[in-house]
Amino acid sequence: MSTVPTSAAPVEDPPARKRGRVRPAKVLERFGLVLAFVMLIAVFGALRPDTFMTTANFSTILGSQAVLVVLTLGLTLTLTTGDYDLSIGGTLSLSAMLVAVLNAKHGWPIGTAVLVAVAAGAAVGSINGLFVLVFGVDSFIVTLGTGTVLQGVVLWISDSSTISGVSDTLVNAVVGSSLLGVPIAFYYGLLLCATLWYLLEYTTLGRRMLFVGRGRRVSRLSGIDVRRVRWGALVATGVISAFAGVLYAGTTGGADSTSGASFLLPAYAAAFLGATAIVPGRFNPWGTIIAVYFLVTGITGLTILGVQSYVQQLFYGGALVLAVALSQYPRRKELRDQESA
Amino acid sequence: MPTTTDDALLEFTGLSKSFGGAQALRAVDLRVDRGQVHGLLGQNGSGKSTLLKVLAGFHDPDEGSLRVRGEDVALPLAPGAFRALGLAFVHQDLAIVPALSVTENLIVSRLAGRGRRQIRWGAENKRAAAVLDRYGLTGIEPDAPVSQLSQMQRALLAIVRAIEELRDDEHAAPLLVLDEPTAFLPRTGIESLFALVRGIVSEGGSVLFVTHDLDEVREVCDVVTVLRDGERVGTLDVGGATTEQLVELIIGHRLERQEPTSAARGTGAVLMRARGVSASVIADIDLEMRAGEVLGVTGLVGSGFDELAHVLFGSRPGTGEIEVEGRTYDVAKLQPRHLIPRGVSFVPADRATDATVQRMSITDNVTITTLDAYRSGVKLSRRRMEDKARELGEEFGVSPNRPELDMAALSGGNQQKAVLAKWLQVDPLVLLLDQPTQGVDVGAREQIFTAIRAAAERGAAVLCASADYDELASVCDRVLILARGQVVLEVAGPGLSKDDLAEKVLTSTTTTGVLRGGTPDAVITSTT
Repeated sequence: MSTVPTSAAPVEDPPARKRGRVRPAKVLERFGLVLAFVMLIAVFGALRPDTFMTTANFSTILGSQAVLVVLTLGLTLTLTTGDYDLSIGGTLSLSAMLVAVLNAKHGWPIGTAVLVAVAAGAAVGSINGLFVLVFGVDSFIVTLGTGTVLQGVVLWISDSSTISGVSDTLVNAVVGSSLLGVPIAFYYGLLLCATLWYLLEYTTLGRRMLFVGRGRRVSRLSGIDVRRVRWGALVATGVISAFAGVLYAGTTGGADSTSGASFLLPAYAAAFLGATAIVPGRFNPWGTIIAVYFLVTGITGLTILGVQSYVQQLFYGGALVLAVALSQYPRRKELRDQESA
Repeated sequence: MPTTTDDALLEFTGLSKSFGGAQALRAVDLRVDRGQVHGLLGQNGSGKSTLLKVLAGFHDPDEGSLRVRGEDVALPLAPGAFRALGLAFVHQDLAIVPALSVTENLIVSRLAGRGRRQIRWGAENKRAAAVLDRYGLTGIEPDAPVSQLSQMQRALLAIVRAIEELRDDEHAAPLLVLDEPTAFLPRTGIESLFALVRGIVSEGGSVLFVTHDLDEVREVCDVVTVLRDGERVGTLDVGGATTEQLVELIIGHRLERQEPTSAARGTGAVLMRARGVSASVIADIDLEMRAGEVLGVTGLVGSGFDELAHVLFGSRPGTGEIEVEGRTYDVAKLQPRHLIPRGVSFVPADRATDATVQRMSITDNVTITTLDAYRSGVKLSRRRMEDKARELGEEFGVSPNRPELDMAALSGGNQQKAVLAKWLQVDPLVLLLDQPTQGVDVGAREQIFTAIRAAAERGAAVLCASADYDELASVCDRVLILARGQVVLEVAGPGLSKDDLAEKVLTSTTTTGVLRGGTPDAVITSTT
């Protein structure tokens, strides 16, 4: 299963090729997460061969987490340009709720409802950008605020209730069919992952985003319109979060007013954990998708072993702290190298 | 060697220190007497800062002894031990916290100490007011936040705090080390700083005054010690020394006077023109940059010479107007991205934060300004980018020439060559350089000079801001000397030598007076 992402991993420009020859430590750094993933599967497989090691189980894991995959991939865009977006959970809720309210309650065509939802995501990103780049407020604070405002808006438009009955067209498009035994939703995440990888590796915009995130002054002095790039990333994250909301509405056939918030921490945990793999030290799509499935597999496995549901919080929270600690490692090592040089 | 008397407050004898092979201090003697303002002079690299760092306990000297108030003190000093000896330092950055009040800043070291449970603000404010009053610092309210004070008032506050901390420790004859305290201060109100210094001395303290500014030395110092290349080359009474003598001691040999030559201005077209450009230090600068000419800009620390290139490129805020090939830009709205497409390049001094992204590849670093050239449709050709980077590395002598490496893998000199390659790959119309060989080894330095000259020969107008006189003499056709934000001298032609520039810069703060007095120096054509 882990072979999907690794075989397609970016082979160009790996910082791992630092001294020209393949160094085991570097390879381990890049593929450590993949290795841990394989070991995780092996352990659970050995403990519960008949429930864990089944096609149905893997199919469920891959299909059910498309929402988180899409949300996390969108988040990495803003993280890449050096900002935070804590409003992604609120955006997801808003988008899912707009689809549900407009389509199920007011009878709008599903296509129109989806378009409105995605446009709302773009609007949230633009407003975040306005405060971050025009008023100069730290993105962490701005999006913490807008995320909370969005939760309020969702409660307001939904009358604090769960709304179901979203058009089957959407449900079928998200979970209605499967390919190679895996629900179609999985492939949406995969497609987005490949697109972002291409964007970051092979387009001028992608190079500029990486530069802006890693050296704002250098970027400005190199003629990059730093403000536009950061703003664009916030809008893109908003749009993709809204798309995740549409998938959520399609997966559940409706929307509730609180679920978005529960995606926020897993998305951060996966994004930071993903930044320790494949291209260590950089938020990267393949690392991200591996990280999401690593975390979900862990939780699924533990649940199958009969562990209580609170373990989910322990797992995601622990993974976030651990991943951030790990992602500091290459930087600290580099500082040490510079000092000793 | 000076004999020790009761008058000596601090006395270094035979102080030596080397770093690797480089001798930073060579058997230096320094004696500061009670009630004396002792100037310490010398060019960059003369050993001044090494001496101060021995005193502060940062460096362990190879040889030498130290006596304070007639008593032997074991070297090396522990870091921070100077305070117990009755010494205090005030550095350029002042270590004043703007968000806190004057009183809080004054008592900060007591606050940091242990054992105090409660602060009586009323009493502290009264005490602070009394202290400020005693030093004649009128117009400073104890409970005002320091952010409301002028730069000069902050400097005065920092000095008073240093002295008061020593008095709290009951040192009757404190020694205050002022490490270039005036470099970033405006000229207005500088008398109050000198008055404060004299006040400290009249109360039995001593001051070691480190500076570049000969004007200030003449105004406030009694005795001056000059260091050159790690050696003490003289200690003399300021009253009996002329500025020329001091300059000669600092630079090292008598200056050849040369006949004024007509400025060998570039004959090419004016490619960039600045009119009334001002920023935080520079004020109302006018200049013209011509095709094929390398224009140097220099001055003492705080003169604003290092600000000019940034402001002309739109990288730091400023006001005024610039014109590039006939098109006018408002400096207040200027951004680098407006000028880059017009063929203006800028090589900043700060490699780590301004010029390179350390954790991206050399290829990415050198191609970021020309990305569109490697695009076919949407797709970037990483191979062509890498080929180009390798080709540039070859041309500019980047070693190792392995463009796939992270920038951080290169030495400082090689990083700088890569940065030059980034900006010179498309022949720039205007090339702005800020201290282009700072922290660069000798070999790389020569290669960088060659690249700069070559750019000018291909018709670029080059501006090189630098405090490295050797560098300026090597690459420039004409040099502007700034003092306190203004162009005070223009040096050009065959008179452009390292020592000549050093002399002109050292006397630049007094030059305005010279020019006004109607006795222009040799080899100088005054500007504006």
